[in-house]
Amino acid sequence: MPPAALIGVGELTPVRNTEGATTLGLIAETARAAVEDSGLAKDEIDGLLVGPQVGETPQHVPATVAEYLGLTPRMSNVVDLGGATGPGMIWRAAAAIHAGMATAVLCVLANHRNPVVPRSPSRNPIREFDVPFGASGANTAYALLKQRHMADYGTSDEDFAMLAALERANAQLNPEAIFYGKPATTNDILASPLVASPLHLLEIVMPVAGGSAVVVASAETAERMTLKHDPALLLGAGEMVTHRAMSQAPSYTSGPLKPAMQQALEQAGVRPDSLDLLSLYDCYTVMLAITIEDAGLCAPGEFANWVRDHDLTHTGDFPLNTHGGQLGAGQADLAGGMGHVVEAVRQLRGSADGRQIPDATTALVTGNGATMSEAVALVLGAG
Amino acid sequence: MQVDPGTLTVPAPVPTSESAPFWRSCAEERFILQHCDSCGRWIFYPRALCPFCWSSELTWLDASGTGVVRSFSVIHKPGHPAWTAAAPYTVAVITLTEGPTMLTTLIDIAPDAVSIGMPVEIAFTPVGEFTLPFFRPQSAQKSKQEVPR
Repeated sequence: MPPAALIGVGELTPVRNTEGATTLGLIAETARAAVEDSGLAKDEIDGLLVGPQVGETPQHVPATVAEYLGLTPRMSNVVDLGGATGPGMIWRAAAAIHAGMATAVLCVLANHRNPVVPRSPSRNPIREFDVPFGASGANTAYALLKQRHMADYGTSDEDFAMLAALERANAQLNPEAIFYGKPATTNDILASPLVASPLHLLEIVMPVAGGSAVVVASAETAERMTLKHDPALLLGAGEMVTHRAMSQAPSYTSGPLKPAMQQALEQAGVRPDSLDLLSLYDCYTVMLAITIEDAGLCAPGEFANWVRDHDLTHTGDFPLNTHGGQLGAGQADLAGGMGHVVEAVRQLRGSADGRQIPDATTALVTGNGATMSEAVALVLGAG
Repeated sequence: MQVDPGTLTVPAPVPTSESAPFWRSCAEERFILQHCDSCGRWIFYPRALCPFCWSSELTWLDASGTGVVRSFSVIHKPGHPAWTAAAPYTVAVITLTEGPTMLTTLIDIAPDAVSIGMPVEIAFTPVGEFTLPFFRPQSAQKSKQEVPR
């Protein structure tokens, strides 16, 4: 394949002391210089690679930088390789471009040298402009989404609680699920205490400890080896980051998963209604509801009618989160999202034991980070 | 809110060189926003450059301090323990009249009376060492009396 091109560069003049400048501000100046040098317009940047920001933004670094810069990259990452980070960014950018995941990747590193040690270990916009108003944590953010969905579409508390109950039912076939042996009805969900209205406790994933890993190999390796299982194949992928804080989200009724899923399905040549498994990220009932709508399975605002019209169990017409999802299985921090990949692999290779979907050949997997900010969609197929 | 917010010891803003003018002006009960001289759009939160056009030609201007509720939540179990004494309280995202959105604490209204689209206005409130831009329902009478700055 043709080599990727390094088409623009930018640098700041080195100084010993930056007198209270922010890392985000310096990243912005550096990014602008490189993009101007390239001749591209700001909005032609569709990939973003950044470094760690110790003491400022412990997690969600690309989303924080993208929000600050007003970018909506289709591919982004933190590259954390110390002094090798810069060159490490370049081949990763080229790999993303060759994979069709981006066309122009901004690789940017900048640091301040402030004389005063920051008082807070976390200094970034969400810490400065959301947390002081009593809005710490993700519950508030997803409560804002549910409230807006109910107001715009007339959806009810019962509609959302039904999703949690259905996932809990699927979890009864997964002995590894934290809620195995503990089914819950829609009424049970509604009877759980309000945490941040209109979100009830049982509409929120239960945090657990756990782990989840996947080995990815080349087609040649998979062919050559005597594998213990049939492999699952990556047929399509999509990614999008639009913001960090819910206060800055472009929409409260549709998220970055919509374009990410569209790209993944297009790459795979699969229609959403022909999928054998929907393995959809479900940190909150409202996230699952919006993802069903963004996937194009039904019109915006119609998730509850769609769910009532279909059977979401492993023997149904639209198997969804057959492991119980994270609402049924528990959320092992970041591994909880990988669990949606693992379940898809198990279904596609036919090792899902007591919950095997008959003849599963395609699966849609979604991941969601921060406040409906960071989105990844995969289409996997049976090998 | 169950308590006087002035008595709360909660995480305070940590201003940066970019945001310091905003917090200084809040302390004087003036609501200012950055305005981009290049593309004409208003910006919140404060930045070194405009997120729409990347211009650095930003000017702090007086803003209306009014807007409408984009969404809201009544917090029963706060994410930070320091807010527990205040619960239940209402957090809202406001679409400011100038365009940007910002998160705030909504006061002077019963939680079950809040609705999306409701007009609100700034209600500067001392919390610890800072004066925070809380919001409250916009009273028709009040908005008539208001004199443009």
